Amino acid sequence: MEKSMPRKGMGLDVLTLAVVLIVLSVLGLLWSAGTQDPLLQIHTWIMTGAFVLGLIALAMKGFAGLDNDQSRYNEGIIKAGIIATMFWGIVGFLVGVIIAFQLAFPALNIEGIGWLNFGRLRPIHTSAVIFAFGGNALMVTSFYVVQRTNRARLAGGVWTWFVFWGYQLFILLAASGYIMGVTQSREYAEPEWYVDIWLTVVWVSYLLVFLGTLMKRKQAHIYVANWFYLAFIVTVAMLHIVNNLAMPVTLYGIKSYSAFSGVQDALTQWWYGHNAVGFFLTAGFLGIMYYFVPKRAERPIYSYRLSIIHFWALIFTYIWAGPHHLHYTALPEWTQTLGMVFSIVLWMPSWGGMINGLMTLSGAWDKLRTDPVMRMLVVSVAFYGMSTFEGPVMAIRSVNSLSHYTDWTIGHVHSGTLGWVGFVTFGAIYCLVPWVWKRKRLYSNDMVEWHFWIATIGIVFYITSMWVSGIMQGLMWRAYNSFGFLEYSFVETVEAMHPYYIIRATGGLLYLTGALIMAYNIWRTIRGDVRKVESVPEAEPLAAAIPAE
Amino acid sequence: MTDKPELDGHSGVFTTGHEWDGIRELNTPLPKWWLYINYISIIWAIIYCIFMPSWPGLPGMGYFKGLRHHSERANVAVALDKLQAARAANAQSLTSVSLDQVENDPDLLTFAMAAGRSAFGDNCATCHGSNGIGSIGFPALNDDVWLWGGNLDEIKQTITYGIRSGHDEAHFSQMPAFGRDELLSVSEISDLTELVLAMGGSDHDQSAATRATVNFDEQCSICHAEDGTGDRYQGAPNLIDSEWLYGGSRRAITETITNSRFGIMPTWEQRLQPWTIDSLAVYVHSLGGGE
Repeated sequence: MEKSMPRKGMGLDVLTLAVVLIVLSVLGLLWSAGTQDPLLQIHTWIMTGAFVLGLIALAMKGFAGLDNDQSRYNEGIIKAGIIATMFWGIVGFLVGVIIAFQLAFPALNIEGIGWLNFGRLRPIHTSAVIFAFGGNALMVTSFYVVQRTNRARLAGGVWTWFVFWGYQLFILLAASGYIMGVTQSREYAEPEWYVDIWLTVVWVSYLLVFLGTLMKRKQAHIYVANWFYLAFIVTVAMLHIVNNLAMPVTLYGIKSYSAFSGVQDALTQWWYGHNAVGFFLTAGFLGIMYYFVPKRAERPIYSYRLSIIHFWALIFTYIWAGPHHLHYTALPEWTQTLGMVFSIVLWMPSWGGMINGLMTLSGAWDKLRTDPVMRMLVVSVAFYGMSTFEGPVMAIRSVNSLSHYTDWTIGHVHSGTLGWVGFVTFGAIYCLVPWVWKRKRLYSNDMVEWHFWIATIGIVFYITSMWVSGIMQGLMWRAYNSFGFLEYSFVETVEAMHPYYIIRATGGLLYLTGALIMAYNIWRTIRGDVRKVESVPEAEPLAAAIPAE
Repeated sequence: MTDKPELDGHSGVFTTGHEWDGIRELNTPLPKWWLYINYISIIWAIIYCIFMPSWPGLPGMGYFKGLRHHSERANVAVALDKLQAARAANAQSLTSVSLDQVENDPDLLTFAMAAGRSAFGDNCATCHGSNGIGSIGFPALNDDVWLWGGNLDEIKQTITYGIRSGHDEAHFSQMPAFGRDELLSVSEISDLTELVLAMGGSDHDQSAATRATVNFDEQCSICHAEDGTGDRYQGAPNLIDSEWLYGGSRRAITETITNSRFGIMPTWEQRLQPWTIDSLAVYVHSLGGGE
């Protein structure tokens, strides 16, 4: 890499960010002074406070000469991202366990503490696991991978920290809003208009940092993991902006109204919702898979051609599949048909990623036995394959007539999120921590074994109980007696779910337990500790533990 | 960085020659099974789209209906018509005979019970509980205690018009809020509470109950009767049967006397078919305490 001196004094990046933060602080103050809405007041205070804090931090670090040494990778942001991912993961899993128990035991929705009932906590769970845990995992791994595979330090200097902290601010605003009842009631897009605008600013900055780094690359070609990350960043920006087109009632209030209404609104929402799964939880995490699986297995990617073909097939096909969320609704029948056939066609493009992930192990299958981190990554790919088969099946209209609105859908989503998204993230973090903190190995491989088995049993509890309860629900709803009257009232079907809801909550508790073990293991690794007595043999010394420069 | 493809010893396949941070790629051809299933799914999709409604039309043209002219909306309409036709005879005879006759006709009774059970689960169980077990503020329907009468016709009337529902034919009565409207003092209400507890056979303060007898005779007996047995014509509950709609605790009774209660049951006349209401009356009558 080219030589350049560590920077002294302020660069253009520090200057522009300082100006932006000053302007934002002033605007925040004016805004909080102007609003009569008590909920918006709280949010303007949080925002103004964050901008001022950012300015103070920038002043303290920036004037002392911020590290922007172009001959080294930016690893500070990676460390921060790993800690944020772990923190939000545990918050999200914990809230998930709480709401799972609330469903099993409704008395846990305590009277008088309305802001802790299921309705308020549920979006906190979904947003915390998808956007806070998943989002941070994607940002941190994309920042790591884009630097290493292009041999270039992250572009944008201090703006990378704006992306990181700006995103945490978005999470804080979203979650505090849900508790207070600030929501536009769009699933997975609940934050109100001003939080949406803030996320847009942060997300575009993220895109610019990523693109800027790609443009600085010292490699002729762009590695496949980066294609997936870029597709994820660009498409999520498009989905977010279109689905959140709305008109605020007043600039000094939280409430806004969507630009769409009726069936167009429903279709826009599920075009967004389905592709949040497709591009956030699939494409983005395939980026993680494409770097960490070959890296950990120390084997070449199975097929370059497959990676090209399945990338473009996936990107093209996924975007049309959303209408399968609206079978048997007011959505025109031709639109439902298209959503369904695109979902079926999507099956093989999805599996292309699974084949490339699994077959990369050929020549290194023994690592499944010896390296629990490798096993976690491989099992995540297996869960990916399973849920991308289950998805097209459930998108078939006649299957959907049984599965829709039942717990089967919940089980399907969780086999994808707990199994695929969760495990591939855990695997990546287990790889990253020793690499970026320059440790020889993890504190304990035994603990990774425990994490793996406890979490896997948790997932099995979760998805099997939801299969049984979901199919039972669907069958009970459509059961008729000989006169054509419904056999069961709705409340009887709810009653029948009780044992399965307990099993599901137990599964979630196991998954959370695994994550807590992981957090402890990582904390000890960061401290530089090594557990003395270990039954799992030490993994091979890692090539990447040696700094790449 | 190498740009020359190398032979991978394990797989016997050449790499592409690219390398990123130590990661290389094999130049393995696409797996045949993967490729062919992909082709088949695309061909299947095209064929399916020819047979099913699948394509938007230009404005004014309507959408492409497919060779099968499949329409879920039309299918539902047909299925519903079929269902109505199958039920028509039974529904017709249900409304044309008296409810007593329904109970004596085994075929009609089976139909009415099936319809009633289903309608009860969807409309009534929310408040009255599954199988009419009731809960605080919502009467149990499976016991002998009836506020407004428990024979078939009385039950039917209650279901049809409701209680304090605003319908002209609805049952209506209103107990005064003796405390809120300052008709009685706090200590008088406290004494009356002891008397009501005494009437229901609960633990009570006898001297307070004795002090309340004058007030009971003047204020309460008009509706609840001098002996406390209540009056169905006004929906005034029996106070001596130790059955309590809002709970029989000292606190619940004080609350009732102080602020009164105003339980509302909606009218179902507009929402349910006459034969469904008949079925519900028969079903509720059968739950345990029908008169």
